[in-house]
Amino acid sequence: MKVIVNISLKAGVLDSQGKAVHHALDSLHFSSVDDVRIGKQIILQLNTQDKTKALADVSKMCEELLANTVIEDYEIELV
Amino acid sequence: MKVSILQFPGTNCEYDTQHAFEALGATTQIVWHKSETIPTDTDLLVVAGGFSYGDYLRSGAIAKFSPVMKAVNAYADKGGKVLGICNGFQVLTELGLLPGALKRNDGLHFISKHHHLKVQNNNNTFLKKLNNGDLVNIPIAHHDGNYFIDANRLKELYANNQVLLTYTDAEGNVKNPNGSVDSIAGICNKDKNVFGLMPHPERAMEVLLGSDDGVKMLKGFLEL
Repeated sequence: MKVIVNISLKAGVLDSQGKAVHHALDSLHFSSVDDVRIGKQIILQLNTQDKTKALADVSKMCEELLANTVIEDYEIELV
Repeated sequence: MKVSILQFPGTNCEYDTQHAFEALGATTQIVWHKSETIPTDTDLLVVAGGFSYGDYLRSGAIAKFSPVMKAVNAYADKGGKVLGICNGFQVLTELGLLPGALKRNDGLHFISKHHHLKVQNNNNTFLKKLNNGDLVNIPIAHHDGNYFIDANRLKELYANNQVLLTYTDAEGNVKNPNGSVDSIAGICNKDKNVFGLMPHPERAMEVLLGSDDGVKMLKGFLEL
């Protein structure tokens, strides 16, 4: 089973990269952009088809390693 | 006085740190991350700077699972003195021995230069050779030195005198190179036995090389 984890900085934590990209888009005259947030995506291939187990396992992975919950939020998507 | 210095794949300041402490009269030992113990007579454990595990995932994130880390936690829990410099600071925050986290510098650039710091709290082992308000000139060299902590935990830091060093200009006015909350460059834990800072005191040991202000800092650990 494929599992996608999206990690991004928490709301309220300044995203410097997002801000820089926003400035760059502005200078390219993409005036429709209100905000840019940059995160990372981790794609896992699990050897189980059990969705409950997958979710529990990946949540634990996020809490222990994949995200730093002091500054980051994570979302788990089972594909 | 015995200093043990942790070494991970990608650590690159362990020998500078060793040189600095030996120049001050300490005996030192480098401890490879696969070791499950640290020398029992360790008076100070240093998590040296560098790029442990290539900073993959996040700076310090993978180092915290090294075999030696259980011993590090046990040592710190018993009140052992721990100093994390640069990547070492990042590792200690990832490990949870120090509060907060280190983010990418606000300007997105890697910064490598001398920077002034102001001593905010000298009532601890690390900075006891300095006075509050003293300025030191210490090299910084980091990409992820932007200290973040939420507002509530920040209040706790101040209440417990855990904010040790802040970035300033040569006159002592606030000057923030990387976006850190309140220009914080270094902190300690509540029990004041675990210390972390982004600047490199071990690189400021000789006037000829720009500054010897690191001597006064590291000396604090030599007289326990």
